[in-house]
Amino acid sequence: MDVNVHQREIKFKMGVVPQENNLDPDFTVYENLLIFSRYFDIPEDEAKKRVDELLEFVHLDERRDTMTDSLSGGLKRRLVLARALINKPRLLILDEPTVGLDPQSRHLMWDKLKGLKKQGVTIVLTTHYLEEASQLCDRLVIMDNGKILVEGSPTDLIQEYIGPAIVETDNDPNTISCLDVHQANYEVLGEEIQIYTDKPQEITDHLLSECKLTSVTARAATLEDVFLKLTGRKLRE
Amino acid sequence: MDIGMYFKPPELTSGAFKVWRRNKDVFMKNVKLNFLPPFIEPLLYLFAMGFGLGLFIEEIDGVPYAKFIAPALISVSVMYGAFFECSYGSYVRMYYQKTFDAIIATPLSIEDVIIGELLWGATRSTISATLMLPVIALFGLITFPHSLLIIPFAFLAGLLFAGIGMSIAAVTPNIMSINYPILLFITPMFLFSGTFFPLNVLPEIVQYVALAILPLTHVVIIIRALTFGAPGWFLLTNLLWIIVVCAIVFVVSVNLMKKRLVV
Repeated sequence: MDVNVHQREIKFKMGVVPQENNLDPDFTVYENLLIFSRYFDIPEDEAKKRVDELLEFVHLDERRDTMTDSLSGGLKRRLVLARALINKPRLLILDEPTVGLDPQSRHLMWDKLKGLKKQGVTIVLTTHYLEEASQLCDRLVIMDNGKILVEGSPTDLIQEYIGPAIVETDNDPNTISCLDVHQANYEVLGEEIQIYTDKPQEITDHLLSECKLTSVTARAATLEDVFLKLTGRKLRE
Repeated sequence: MDIGMYFKPPELTSGAFKVWRRNKDVFMKNVKLNFLPPFIEPLLYLFAMGFGLGLFIEEIDGVPYAKFIAPALISVSVMYGAFFECSYGSYVRMYYQKTFDAIIATPLSIEDVIIGELLWGATRSTISATLMLPVIALFGLITFPHSLLIIPFAFLAGLLFAGIGMSIAAVTPNIMSINYPILLFITPMFLFSGTFFPLNVLPEIVQYVALAILPLTHVVIIIRALTFGAPGWFLLTNLLWIIVVCAIVFVVSVNLMKKRLVV
C-alpha cells in the first residue's frame, strides 16, 4: 500500500510507540486506552475487553484509575506500549522504547516485545542500546549520519567485523611492543588496548606470561564493538 | 509561497467528532468547575457595571444600562469561550501535551484533529451562552423566546472566534506571544464593538473600521436585537458577514495549523 494514498488504511494496521511519552494527561490510565480505541473505530464493548486485557498484559491493572502524570517513567512506557497495541497492529513501530528505564522495566519491555514477535507482529525499532538490538532483532542496520553502514543479523555482524572475542588490557608502551612482536590484531583506544582474536584463552595466557601484564580481561565481542568500530569513537552532536 | 494553499478546503470526516468527543470528555470530568464561570461572570459584570456604573448613566437608546450591556456580556463570553479554547487550550494540547501527535499516529488525520478542536471551541461558546441566559433572565434583562435563538447563533459565532484563536496558536512562536494578539485585537474588540457604549458615539471612520474588521461588532448587534426582542431583516447583513468571515477563517486556520504541524 502506498503511504501517500492509503494513509488511513495503513494507520489502522499500525501501532506506534513514540520516543516521547505523549499520553493524555487529562485522563486516567484506563481512559487513555479507551479513548484511543475510539480513534480506531473499535466498538465500545470490544474496546473495554481489550483495555482490560492490555492492562493485564503490561501489568498496569492496579493503576487503572491513576492519572498518567503521576506514573513513573517505566509505567508510562508500558502504558504507551499497551496503547500502541489497542488496534491489534500487524506492524509495531517503536522509537527508543527503553530510554531512561530501570533494568527491570527494560527487561519487561523486551519480554513483551519478544512475545509479540512470536505472535507474528512485525516490529521495527530504533535504539542506541546495542544490547537491546542484539536481544530483539532478527535483522538490523547500523546508521550513521543518516546513512546505512551495514545490515545483517547481530551475530553475523559481530562475526564479520570483530570476530568472536576481545581481550582488553591497559595501554602501555611495553605491551604495544610485545603485541607488535607477535603481530597481533589490536587497536589502541585511549587508556585501553583491545586485541581482536578467536583464541582469547591463548592470547590471555600469552600476555600474562610473556608481556608481564597484570590486568587482562577476555570477553565475547558484542554489537557495541561493531558499532564503535564502524562509526568511530568521536562524540556525536 | 503559494497563497492558494491557505484557502484549500479541508476534508470533514467523522474523525473530527472523535476529537470533539475527547475534549468534551475532559470538560465533563470537571463539569461543575467548568459550569461556574458562565454563572458568576455575568453576575459580577451586572453588579459592577450594570447596577454600579449604571447609576450614573442615563438610558442608552431608551434602555437602562444593565439591559444595554446584558447582550454584550453574552457576546463577550461567546468570544472568549471559543477564542481561549482554541488559542491557549489548543496550543497547550499541541505543544505541551503532545495530544495532537498521539492522535495523528492513529487513523485520524491532522485535519480531523484541528476541525475537532474548532468544533469544540464553538461548543464551549454555546455552553457559555446557554448557561448565561437564565442568569441574566433572572434580572429580567432579556426577552424570550427571541433570546433562545442566541444558542444556535453562539455556535456559529463561536466557530468564528475558534478559527481566530486557532490561527494565532498556529503562528505564535511560543505561548507567551499569544498575549500580543490579545492586546492588539481581542481587547480592543472587547471595548470597541458597541459592547459597553453604542458604536455611534465613536467617530464615523472608527465605526466603519469596527464594522469592517471586528467580528464582535456584528455578534453584539445580532445578540442585542434578540435580547431586546426586536430582530429585523437588517440583521441578515450582519449574519452574512459572520458566515463569510467564519468560513474563511475556518479554512485558513486549518491550513495554518496544518503547516505548523507538518514539518
